[in-house]
Amino acid sequence: MKQLFSFIRKEFHHIFRDRTTVMILLLMPVIQIILFGFALSTEVKDTKVVVLANTNDDATQRIIDRIDASEYFDVAIMAHNSSEINAAFRDGKAKLAMVFENHFSENLKHTGTAHIQLIADATDPNAATSFMFYAINIINNYQQDISQSQAGGGMIQPEVKMLYNPQMISAFNFVPGVLGMIMILICAMMTSIAIVREKEMGTMEILLVSPMKPIYTILSKIAPYFVLSVINFLTIMLLSVFVLKVPIVGSFTSLFAVSLLYIFVALSLGLLISTITNSQLAAMMISGMGLMIPVMLLSGMIFPVENMPPFLQFISNFVPARWYIDAVKTIMIKGLSITTVMKDIGVLVLMGTVLVTISLKKFKVRLE
Amino acid sequence: MIKYLLKKEFKQIIRNPFLPIMIFMFPLLVLLVFPWAASYEIKNLNLSVVDNDHSSYSRRLTQSIISSNYFRLTDKSASYNKALKSIENNKADIILEIPQNFEKSIINREPVKVMLSANAVNGMKGGIATTYLSMIIGDFNATLVSELFPEMAGSSSNIIQIDSQYRFNKHLNYQVFMVPALMVMILTLLCGFLPAVSIVFEKELGTMEQINVSPVPKITFILAKLIPFWIIGFIAITIGFLVAWLDYGLIPVGHFYIIYAFAAIYIFAISGMGIVISNFASTLQQAVFIVFFFMMLFIMLSGLYTPVDSMPEWAKWIAAFNPLKHLMIVMRSIYLKGSNFTQLGGELAALLGFAVFFNGLAVLSYKKTN
Amino acid sequence: MTKRFGSFTAVDNISFEVKKGEIFGFLGANGAGKTTAMRMLCGLSIPTEGKGTVAGYDIYTQPELVKKSIGYMSQKFSMYEDLKVWENLELFGGIYGMSDEIIKIKTDELMASLNFEEERDKLVKSLPLGFKQKLAFSVSIFHTPKVVFLDEPTGGVDPITRRRFWEMIYDATARGITVFVTTHYMDEAEYCDRVSIMVDGRIEALDSPENLKKQFHAKNMDEVFQQLARKSTRKAD
Repeated sequence: MKQLFSFIRKEFHHIFRDRTTVMILLLMPVIQIILFGFALSTEVKDTKVVVLANTNDDATQRIIDRIDASEYFDVAIMAHNSSEINAAFRDGKAKLAMVFENHFSENLKHTGTAHIQLIADATDPNAATSFMFYAINIINNYQQDISQSQAGGGMIQPEVKMLYNPQMISAFNFVPGVLGMIMILICAMMTSIAIVREKEMGTMEILLVSPMKPIYTILSKIAPYFVLSVINFLTIMLLSVFVLKVPIVGSFTSLFAVSLLYIFVALSLGLLISTITNSQLAAMMISGMGLMIPVMLLSGMIFPVENMPPFLQFISNFVPARWYIDAVKTIMIKGLSITTVMKDIGVLVLMGTVLVTISLKKFKVRLE
Repeated sequence: MIKYLLKKEFKQIIRNPFLPIMIFMFPLLVLLVFPWAASYEIKNLNLSVVDNDHSSYSRRLTQSIISSNYFRLTDKSASYNKALKSIENNKADIILEIPQNFEKSIINREPVKVMLSANAVNGMKGGIATTYLSMIIGDFNATLVSELFPEMAGSSSNIIQIDSQYRFNKHLNYQVFMVPALMVMILTLLCGFLPAVSIVFEKELGTMEQINVSPVPKITFILAKLIPFWIIGFIAITIGFLVAWLDYGLIPVGHFYIIYAFAAIYIFAISGMGIVISNFASTLQQAVFIVFFFMMLFIMLSGLYTPVDSMPEWAKWIAAFNPLKHLMIVMRSIYLKGSNFTQLGGELAALLGFAVFFNGLAVLSYKKTN
Repeated sequence: MTKRFGSFTAVDNISFEVKKGEIFGFLGANGAGKTTAMRMLCGLSIPTEGKGTVAGYDIYTQPELVKKSIGYMSQKFSMYEDLKVWENLELFGGIYGMSDEIIKIKTDELMASLNFEEERDKLVKSLPLGFKQKLAFSVSIFHTPKVVFLDEPTGGVDPITRRRFWEMIYDATARGITVFVTTHYMDEAEYCDRVSIMVDGRIEALDSPENLKKQFHAKNMDEVFQQLARKSTRKAD
């Protein structure tokens, strides 16, 4: 035991000597949380609008005012003809154009119908559908307000309740994802690099030949990254609760337990990677390309898995992060008990066991 | 002298077991897989209905929701609590609870409330689900009104007809949006990351010292490192164009030479940045990490995942210093809108500025003697 | 010359001259400051204080001219392992300004004299250690520099290979190349014209091996070194 601890201490010294890397490892979750929490959002705000209204009458002005007053829009340009609209789009000065037909108010009063044309820059189709939607809503609301069939308009009243995340804060969706990614990064990537570096330098053989059991060698290599992951987990939790105001609704113990499980799986992944390559560069490439990208894309961290084509959804099942993120969302944000996530836990346990078994087998082969 | 160094660099790249694969496979993989995975489109919203009224109106309401094609009915539950289980299991996204006196209230012209409970873990999804559902309910409401109380409806109806049009991307194709952005990401990884790694690798091996002891001038060495990766970058984008065309039917509206010109400036800038990082890193692991860290930051703040326009002011400010963000605007604009140099003047200036800054810094910070 | 890193003085006011065509041994324990001193002479590091000229050029003001006239072989034998034998020669020859024809001719000569005909097209990483060592040395003097700096060139090879290596060094001096070599193998000190012994950053002895043995009443250089090393207070790195 004492041997083990002295080796673990040596590993810690090794790692902390490289201050830059350690700083980045500890800083990355903080920065990601801040960015995801405050900077990244899919909400459209202050979309620039260009308006073409040759008759600047009452109804036109009212509608324009409502659009401008809305937080989603900012009426930036009053155009005089359609080529000005085209130019505004080309130069990126507006994303939405509103064209009122001539004699708008008159037509509305006397014929009962009038036309507005909404043209959206659909380069970003999501944003386009969003603000188109909001614009139509605003116009519809105006129409309802001036319409005299007021009484019939409000019989069935929808009452809306947003479960788990009443203010629809996007951070609720992102925080579990950040957790998933940071852990994999530290545990899988860093662990595999550390072990492979030892192999590259040739000191691994010395360790294996020593009276210390190989399992202890492995444990000592893993220990510092385990600790770093736990620190990062706690950091992220603190930031979530106090800075992002994302509460931990469910049991913290359950959350911690599931996270430990995930860390275990990630560490075994790192171990496995270290057994298949002898070069640090290769270990980095594999964990970088082979892990990061699937995690970012297919784990549900940013893009919802439900939207993906079936083939990708199938592959997503093999990404440990996907199960972990699901479990975190259920426990942390929905506040449900750990029994609800038995499936996720089961899958993670299975993955962990398989990975560890393969790695240990390969490790033993190395010895012979 | 540079010809000898260039020969060496090319030979090393070709003989490397990983690099050639990465250079060809990586762009292919990213462009083929990413656009399918990366979408925020909300499709197939799952609805759970708790119908406490079991009346013809409540059934009609449910029917009209389903026929709107936005929602899929996953289950009908006897109680709200049972329905909640579906949400907990992620089988349903939203619950509609219709109260017992639904039909009666409507016939008596009394207001009646229906409960919409949405899973808002994904706030956007929850918002869209409730909004769509509310809209459908509103339409249903209007239909009922015109049936039951025809004297109310139809009187001085002021109808504003809205004609909505989508420009540059008529079919609201998300792939069209992602592909140009992905090309930027690929370029960044190939031309920013790889040269940096290559230099730090030589530092670790010790061959860098051999070069520093020789009369090779700083600039020559740096150029010899960069040029092969510039060429690789061009190859990568060309592959990108082919994939975009063959797989997604995407052809840029604007001119190719403008894209290549911008790409050249960008590659120049980003490889300079890679060199700067490599000058300050002493081990390979450090270099990889620092580059990775910056890449991650830049990618997140570039508009690849979420629009820069949606960011708060301070984030927009940081994004202004992000070369990726500018190139993404360039790529998307040229591909979808056919923009030219004048229209992209701001981006041109920014990218040129970055190129000069990073490469100047690279040459200054590379020290043969210290 | 003096070199300080913060409060640590690695090289403490050393002074010496190396004559043209000499084999000058720069000895000392690990951590004594040999490599630091050599790096200053090669233009890799700027002295904190002092002066130096190599091949007639000032190491402060003319480092690039110094580099044109010297050769260097490091402990790691820094050649490009993923390049072939002849490719390394072509690269370094080209860097030092040799024309393509001359490079070709001299490569052929070198391959013949080293009996490397079969190895010519092999990647350096596939060569055994002794071959790599010979090749590294040959690369360092390929462009016939005025001075060649060798940093612990014989690390890790067997005594016979070491002996052969020193024969190559003698050949080089016969061609007029000055050899400046650091080593911690004291028996190799016997092969040098003059040696200096560094202890804790200072030169504690500087003379021919015979004179030093007389001065310290020692049978061999090893004993001379032992006597001096006892005074050392610095730990090896």
